[in-house]
Amino acid sequence: MGILEVKNVNKRFGGLQALGNVNLSIAENTVHAIIGPNGAGKSTLLNCLVGKLIPDTGSVMFDGQSVLGRKPYEINQMGISRVFQTPEIFGDLTVMENMLIPCFAKRDGAFSLHAIGSVASEKDVFEKAKQMLSDMKLYDKREMHASSMSRGDKRRLEIAMCLSQEPRLLLLDEPTAGMARADTNNTIDLLKQIKEERDITIAIIEHDMHVVFSLAERITVLAQGTPLVEDTPDNIKGHPKVKEAYLGETQTV
Amino acid sequence: MLGLTKRDFGLMVVVAILALAAPFILNPFPQGSAMAQFNAGYPDLMQRLVIFGILAIGFNILFGLTGYLSFGHAAFLGVGSYAAIWMMKLLTMNVIPAIIVSVLVAGLFSLVVGWISLRRSGIYFSILTLAFAQMSYALAYSVLTPITGGETGLQPKTSDPRILDGALPAGQSPSANLFGFNMSDTSVLRLGDWSFNFNTGYYLAAVIMLIVFYLSIRIFRSPFGMMLRAVKSNQQRMNYTGLNSKPYTLAAFVISGMYAGLAGGLLVAMDTQVGAERMFWTASGEIVLMTILGGAGTLIGPVLGAGFIKYMENIVSKINKTVLEQWFAFLPDGIEDLLITLVYPFVGKGWHLTLGLLFMLVVIFLPGGLVEGGQRIGKLFRRKKTDTTTKTPPAE
Repeated sequence: MGILEVKNVNKRFGGLQALGNVNLSIAENTVHAIIGPNGAGKSTLLNCLVGKLIPDTGSVMFDGQSVLGRKPYEINQMGISRVFQTPEIFGDLTVMENMLIPCFAKRDGAFSLHAIGSVASEKDVFEKAKQMLSDMKLYDKREMHASSMSRGDKRRLEIAMCLSQEPRLLLLDEPTAGMARADTNNTIDLLKQIKEERDITIAIIEHDMHVVFSLAERITVLAQGTPLVEDTPDNIKGHPKVKEAYLGETQTV
Repeated sequence: MLGLTKRDFGLMVVVAILALAAPFILNPFPQGSAMAQFNAGYPDLMQRLVIFGILAIGFNILFGLTGYLSFGHAAFLGVGSYAAIWMMKLLTMNVIPAIIVSVLVAGLFSLVVGWISLRRSGIYFSILTLAFAQMSYALAYSVLTPITGGETGLQPKTSDPRILDGALPAGQSPSANLFGFNMSDTSVLRLGDWSFNFNTGYYLAAVIMLIVFYLSIRIFRSPFGMMLRAVKSNQQRMNYTGLNSKPYTLAAFVISGMYAGLAGGLLVAMDTQVGAERMFWTASGEIVLMTILGGAGTLIGPVLGAGFIKYMENIVSKINKTVLEQWFAFLPDGIEDLLITLVYPFVGKGWHLTLGLLFMLVVIFLPGGLVEGGQRIGKLFRRKKTDTTTKTPPAE
């Protein structure tokens, strides 16, 4: 029984069957990659996991509880954090404030009318945010406006924000899309380090095969809204069905 | 001090000094001089300056922090005013119950309006709040006449029940007071040609303004205030960070509605009458202007903006043709007439034109409002100082 169980999920947009009978099980404490050509339904699947979309049929269970019908913030409070394709951070706020917000969300829940005490007087939250920034090598930039950081640093900050909530499942949507090679490798190293240091399950949607094969322990290949195969990276590499999905049927392998 | 950082405490002290010394600061010109025209230290205007300051401080908690632009805040001001006048008619002419009830009623009303309007964001939210305010205005003006007095409005009458007050002596009309201190009492201090007015009502309003200004600093610096800025910055990230943005925006909306209700209650405490026109949409627009002109999202900006607009409204609008003729009397006839023709559209009834031009200039060149202007001037001086210090060493 995996930490995330997706059963018979279907999602249709008008005439387009975006997801057809998707079954997926992500085991706890693994790095599981979901790959597939453009339009395979990767993002639709991800949106069904975080509450942005509701599947037409099927079930999505996280740690034995259904996530269907819950709002994104409720699913997040259950322990699923999401990293976006383009880093979603609080651009107008400082890096430190960016870090404080998830720390408050973790401690105080979805809403708290904490309107009189100052932020700086919340020592426990402040220390935690400081620690997290040092761990992620962002402490020197804490006074900067988040929007003025480099793309790589924004990604690093976004991941740090997600980690400070101590999620059990971290979802990454093409975390290296649009990055230079050096930034991509930094992100890979960062994710490897995170995996080593924490008990965390990571699900990653990715185009870049270099990233996928450097990180993943299991890989699911999605094509036309349906899982094609699920296996270890070594077996996926030479799998004829995968090549077919990516390169087209007429190609002889 | 007071749970504030040094900088915020400094700001608080400056505002306190300005508010308490306003009768001096606003009357810098001797009476009878040509410049006495620009004196703003009379009770009625001073009261309005701080009361609209309160209104703008509250509006800024919503608009400055969350970015939700309400175009209906005059409705809360109006509802607060009606609640206050009813307290004066039914309970007592003491302003305390009137002020407390105006805050509570405006809070409840803003809870309902906010609950519905906050289903949408951006322009749709603004339109919803505008619709609510215009509905309130229309209701107050016609359908709800038994409660609001319709076109004529409401004022305390000798025949009102006022169950907490004793019967008025014959021939005396009811006047708002704070435990016997009459709101309209003014003592005048004369120093040579200068005269300064100390008005009970003004000082009550100023003290309340200082209290709510202090509260707004605390809100700005609190985790709650930070979450409100997060709403403005990126709601998507907020929702995916386990935070429910709706109660945050609703709480901000209700708090700013209560500030508006307080301002409405104080308006009644100072001048015991209410008419529906204070809920008209132009009144809501004026609140937006004040906040943006002063600097949305800054602590002191809205107060400056409110003061600036109320000053213009009351001072520039009083400059008429005769005053202009006095000013330019020393010039040759032809030039005098020309100058009067040129300046006249911008003063008196044309003060809106001046305000509009200033507003355009501020929005184009100082998007951060008057506060940004102040900061730029401050920077200019600091740069000059560092320039001189770097230049001096070679001379030694």
